[in-house]
Amino acid sequence: MNIKSQKDFFSGLFYTVAGAAFAYGATNYNVGTGARMGPGYFPLLLGILLAVIGAFVMFKSLTVETQDGDKIGAWAWKPLFYIIAGNVLFGILLGGLPNLGVPAMGLIAAIFGTTLVVSRAGDTFKLKEVLVLAAILSAGSYGAFVLLLKLQFPVWPTFITG
Amino acid sequence: MELFDNLALGFGVAFTFQNLIYAFIGCLLGTLIGVLPGVGPVATIAMLLPATYALPPVAALIMLAGIYYGAQYGGSTTAILVNLPGEASSVVTMIDGYQMARKGRAGPALAAAGLGSFFAGCVGTLILAAFAGPLTEVAFKFGPAEYFSLMILGLIGAVVLASGSLIKAVGMIVLGLLMGLIGTDVNSGVARFSFDIPELTDGVGFITIAMGVFGYGEIISNLSKHEDEREVFTAKVTGLMPTAEDFKNMVPAVLRGTFLGSALGILPGGGALLAAFAAYTIEKKTKLKPGEVPFGQGNIRGVASPESANNSASQTSFIPLLTLGIPPNAVMALMVGAMTIHNIQPGPQVMTSNPELFWGLIASMWIGNAMLIILNLPLIGIWIKLLTVPYRWLFPAIVLFCAIGVYSTNNNTFDIWMVAIFGVVGYSFIKLGMEPAPLLLGFILGPMMEENLRRAMLLSRGDWSVFVTRPLSASLLAASAVLLVIVTLPSIKSKREEAFVEE
Repeated sequence: MNIKSQKDFFSGLFYTVAGAAFAYGATNYNVGTGARMGPGYFPLLLGILLAVIGAFVMFKSLTVETQDGDKIGAWAWKPLFYIIAGNVLFGILLGGLPNLGVPAMGLIAAIFGTTLVVSRAGDTFKLKEVLVLAAILSAGSYGAFVLLLKLQFPVWPTFITG
Repeated sequence: MELFDNLALGFGVAFTFQNLIYAFIGCLLGTLIGVLPGVGPVATIAMLLPATYALPPVAALIMLAGIYYGAQYGGSTTAILVNLPGEASSVVTMIDGYQMARKGRAGPALAAAGLGSFFAGCVGTLILAAFAGPLTEVAFKFGPAEYFSLMILGLIGAVVLASGSLIKAVGMIVLGLLMGLIGTDVNSGVARFSFDIPELTDGVGFITIAMGVFGYGEIISNLSKHEDEREVFTAKVTGLMPTAEDFKNMVPAVLRGTFLGSALGILPGGGALLAAFAAYTIEKKTKLKPGEVPFGQGNIRGVASPESANNSASQTSFIPLLTLGIPPNAVMALMVGAMTIHNIQPGPQVMTSNPELFWGLIASMWIGNAMLIILNLPLIGIWIKLLTVPYRWLFPAIVLFCAIGVYSTNNNTFDIWMVAIFGVVGYSFIKLGMEPAPLLLGFILGPMMEENLRRAMLLSRGDWSVFVTRPLSASLLAASAVLLVIVTLPSIKSKREEAFVEE
């Protein structure tokens, strides 16, 4: 059997798996009856619906002819990795990981770390340029979010401020 | 006249020095972010939402209205100058706007978009003010069954306008509804799908979804294309004012667009997009005057009409939100989230319980619109400069602002882990051709739908026929069915696909 539309096949698969997972999870809660719905009723209903939709999308992707096979194409692994890694690093540097004993480094360190990592996602990476950008972003964020909007951020590492 | 009394109350609230400043800052920030290529209004509003946390509710909403308009205007600027649509509804603006820019007439195109939008916004505001009152009366007649059916209609409407496959869009809605159910169930107190993670018992934050899917997902997908694929017309913007000839062509187009937009905007389910497409189609059908530039090659009417339609529709799309509490599209869904953060439950009771907020918001929409004309058109040079900033400096800043924004919602790093997950999910959605906007709408409506379904079924003692025996509910469901049948008709289906291919 040939997959006629790669995109649709995998979206259908995704729907089916997600729907089935939600439906299965819903059975752990009290489903109840139509008149007295328990917490599991609506998710069970929707989960089954989503799984059915997914099955239908998959069925269509195997039967309906498309011109070019509707290929997903290459994944942009590099931007995907650096953007997400930069984001996670922001969280780790800003708040620390108390469970693992990683101290909070504060906003400024987090901005520098994130900018350095995220910038690698692009086509060109010039260290000097990125450092200038990080400095500008740090000053700007400190001014806008901490001074002006008075949002609560740990700005400096906890071992300095105590 | 009650209408004018109400509007006067609204303008009294909005015209304080402080609120005008917030409206101005909102417009400025909104345009600043909205002009960035690849950042649409949804991502812009989500990113700037934290900036309003510290403000009192009225000021916050006024600022949000400014951000909304700024983002939209910024989006059209990018569409005209860079040929990148910031959002779906500026896709049609791009067709003729970009051609005008290539011919060195970017100035008049931008002015036409701005002036047309302003006029349409004024009309939309009046309609909103006139109809909000009577519609609120209707809203009080709505029982849970009616609300449930109305939400079905709204969701179907969103599906119809999604650009890709119909069935996949339905899947996205259902997925969104399910994700909306994550967290503590209000009736039984059971924490659903929370995997014993304490943060998840409050549910998934809608900002984390919006930022992850619309922000990170888009950036990753943008970065996979190389920089040389973009062509920016920045040096050629000279002379902002359209010629007398342009004005003659523009005025009827603006009027048609405004009328169409106001009517279509009230429909639940992304009226702005439909309005822009319909307005462009109508303009295309009208006869060209001798010597007029054909459509698709830089006709000013092709910019003025869809932009006006888009704007009046986004104005009137506040009607279902403010009167019924049901967001008609993803942007409005974000507004609901913003209101909830400020402890305002959108719905018919807002008008009676907080009249100054309700009318203040309506007045501030108009002010936001006017701000754009007075400040943004002269400032256009600055926005254009922004477009010349290399993308490699912009995207780290965007990612950073997303991360800061997400963190500051709850001052909790947990949200940052969540947004990372949604970033990956969002990029997968783009790769698999799954439209994310219906997901966000479903996410906001999920808990509301379950609540109303439960109540309706409790009242009917478990009898499902309640949805078709109550006339109001039955007609809403009938309307959804008709809508579904219409889009699946073969002739319409091909037209619909055609319309979305035109980009």
